[in-house]
Amino acid sequence: MSYIIDRRLNAKNKSAVNRQRFLRRYRHQIQKAVSDAVNERSITDIDKGGKISIPARDISEPVIYHGQGGYNERVLPGNRHFSEGDKIARPEGGGGQGAGGKASDSGEGMDDFSFTLSQEEFLDFMFDGLELPNLVKRQLSGLEEFKNVRGGIANEGQPGRINIVRSLRSANMRRLALTGNKRRQLQALYEELAEIEKSETDRNTFRREEIKEAIAKLERSIGKVPWLDTFDLKYNLMIKQPVPRSKAVMFCIMDVSGSMDQATKDIAKRFFILLYLFLQRNYEKTEIVFIRHHTSAKEVDEDEFFHSRETGGTVVSSALRLMQEIIADRYPPSQWDIYGAQASDGDNWGEDSDVCREILINELLPACQYFSYIEITNNEHQALWNVYETIRQQYPESFALEHIRGAGDIYPVFRELFHKKVA
Amino acid sequence: MKKPLFTTSEWNFDLIREVDQVLGDLAVEFGLDTYPNQIEVISSEQMMDAYSSVGMPIGYSHWSYGKQLLSTEHSYKRGQMGLAYEIVINSNPCIAYLMEENTMTMQTLVIAHACYGHNSFFKGNYLFRTWTDASSIIDYLVFAKNYISRCEERYGINEVEDILDSCHALMNYGVDRYKRPYPISAHEEERRQNEREEYLRKHVNDLWRTIPKSAAAESLKEEAHFPSEPQENILYFLEKNSPLLEPWQREVIRIVRKIAQYFYPQRQTQVMNEGWATFWHYTLLNELHARGYVTDGFMMEFLQSHTSVVAQPSYESPYYSGINPYTLGFSMMSDIRRICENPTDEDREWFPEIAGTNWKETLQFAMKNFKDESFILQFLSPKVMRDLKLFSIVDDDQQEKISVDAIHNERGFRKLRENLAGQYNLGNREPNIQVYNVDVRGDRSLTLHHFMHNRRPLADSTPEVLKHLHRLWGFDVHLHSVDGNEIKQSYHCGPKPH
Repeated sequence: MSYIIDRRLNAKNKSAVNRQRFLRRYRHQIQKAVSDAVNERSITDIDKGGKISIPARDISEPVIYHGQGGYNERVLPGNRHFSEGDKIARPEGGGGQGAGGKASDSGEGMDDFSFTLSQEEFLDFMFDGLELPNLVKRQLSGLEEFKNVRGGIANEGQPGRINIVRSLRSANMRRLALTGNKRRQLQALYEELAEIEKSETDRNTFRREEIKEAIAKLERSIGKVPWLDTFDLKYNLMIKQPVPRSKAVMFCIMDVSGSMDQATKDIAKRFFILLYLFLQRNYEKTEIVFIRHHTSAKEVDEDEFFHSRETGGTVVSSALRLMQEIIADRYPPSQWDIYGAQASDGDNWGEDSDVCREILINELLPACQYFSYIEITNNEHQALWNVYETIRQQYPESFALEHIRGAGDIYPVFRELFHKKVA
Repeated sequence: MKKPLFTTSEWNFDLIREVDQVLGDLAVEFGLDTYPNQIEVISSEQMMDAYSSVGMPIGYSHWSYGKQLLSTEHSYKRGQMGLAYEIVINSNPCIAYLMEENTMTMQTLVIAHACYGHNSFFKGNYLFRTWTDASSIIDYLVFAKNYISRCEERYGINEVEDILDSCHALMNYGVDRYKRPYPISAHEEERRQNEREEYLRKHVNDLWRTIPKSAAAESLKEEAHFPSEPQENILYFLEKNSPLLEPWQREVIRIVRKIAQYFYPQRQTQVMNEGWATFWHYTLLNELHARGYVTDGFMMEFLQSHTSVVAQPSYESPYYSGINPYTLGFSMMSDIRRICENPTDEDREWFPEIAGTNWKETLQFAMKNFKDESFILQFLSPKVMRDLKLFSIVDDDQQEKISVDAIHNERGFRKLRENLAGQYNLGNREPNIQVYNVDVRGDRSLTLHHFMHNRRPLADSTPEVLKHLHRLWGFDVHLHSVDGNEIKQSYHCGPKPH
């Protein structure tokens, strides 16, 4: 006797909890593997999930078994040329010929444990513990954005919002209520009239006239009840709900002047891409403005920002000024959280650095939540860095600068810049 | 010729029911005694789930199962491995999983293999009859899962995970070899668990009772060992005697121990179990064909799959990973039938008691009363050794070279058979470790002895395992590898003794 059961509709991920347990337990190792992967991967692949390897020795489950050595007898299949008493040289490494299933249990030749992370998990690990600094949910007041939502039925409103069904239903109810009594009398009179007409006598004639008159009077009075009255009208009520906003705009500013070589640009690109992915994940609505500059600044789209080439000298203030103009034009600080990120090799036109300082302190920093500057260079710091250094001392909360030497630095610096601030 | 049951590879539930019916009738004809079957059709994702919890239909949560799942998923999705066609669970009713991706041929094969092969083995073999209780295992697993998740809620995931890790490290040393566990229901188990917890809460642990009742008693006990006899069930010893454990921690140890016990027969009957199931799917499907239930095309597909299951790569092949239990088991089971039906002179000399007897009865006898080690020792015939071209080598670290000490010839057969049987003896395979002494009056340290077999040392993982043992015991742990009366090597966890 057999029972046959279709279990395919049952929950699939019975072991999902075990999977989560594993990821939780080896958080640190996986984080390290993910951050290595971020550094090695090409830009376009960075937000995909994928293969992750962590050292197998970290996750081994030790059990007791026999090690090598001592006296072992082993039976093997597939003899072709051995006879009893033959001597065989020990294979290199002393492993013994295929030591059965045991040797592989011990993990020889399996230095890494590989598995696949989903995109979601990958990004979670990548951004774990990071949070945009000064990320404030704006107060639900002032210049807030509202959205209209239905809030039931009201007695007053605009003619355009009349709820016809509810209005007519209420008119109907009113008419029934106002005429009920008269209708009952009318009914009684009609019945009496019918009675009288059956037995025709003179005495009845008088009464008949009387009844007819009463009927006519009642009908007139019923007819006077208005079919639709103003207080029958019902309106759909729309109420305004303030929308808690987490709108952010990120300004990516990059130097594309002649002094920036391809490797440096590459590093800058990676930094911005991390930023981009990070913002997309953390804000409901994120806009990004790409500004590239040499002697003059230009707002470009993403593709051009990362992929086209230009050469020339460097005037950093041009980009800051453009950023300020765009903010004034399109992103009022009352409605947007504004973040600035600038990448450069530190080159700047001699006197321009002080101009940058002026613009930053007077215009940009009051409007921005946060402004970060990364300098990608192997050389000595120049004037721009020194000027920025003084700004950081003045505004440690909203201004940061970091120094990157090679691709391997990007992720640690990124984490450093956006490290979750402990309250 | 009658009309075949099916001619295409698509399966449906009616067909499965029909095929199961036919196979069930055939199995009865061949004298197979089985538990009722519960055949469950599942998807490949569910199969991966089942894999990762070592084939238990319900398991408690643990990261190691997640690790298993991740690695299975990884290799499966990259096409590096296929999934097994079936998983079968020793329970009553006997649960077998069929994958929905299988063709009708494969479903038929799986039903024959799992629902009639493995099933009858679970019901008949003496080890399973002695050590497992098929009707209560599912209940017990449910109890275990609930208990562990309650502990996680009360004491935190990390706490529970630590204990489970340590228990898993010692899982192979958590089985009783000589006592029959008493089967109890989940309800009863829960009641007794409460009772045990209550008892432990009320009573002082024996190990703490260091104040002597009288001076005379102490001097008498001076030399006494604790435990008085060496204990080989280390987890049991810890559950009962570890001084610092909370009652719930003891219960967790008990759960791991029970599950280890449940799998204990499977570890000892791999060759027989797979051989038996393979032999019967082969026999049953051939019979189906002979009676016209299935087409020639079916047989081609079935045989293709069957031959790859019983393939044995030779020792020098890159695919070699030990002796294939399917091959060895199937060859031996088929050979027993051959010896019964068409014995040669050699067979009459080697197996006078079974040559020419009724093959069904002889096979039943072999299935019921042996485990791998004794089965090989009893039934491995010269023909099978010749067919597999078995040879035996001696790898002695005191000799410069490996020597061949027996091959598949007249002089080697017996030696070969003994060696192969020894290879399946759990006692030889696993280091023999016993709880030897507790320093009750001193630092409460626990001493274990490893009795060396053929001078074989313990592997490098031993210190790691000792750390787990230390966690469960709570005081220093010492492990001595002993050869004769001589201590060859010592491992310590905690400060070394002076």
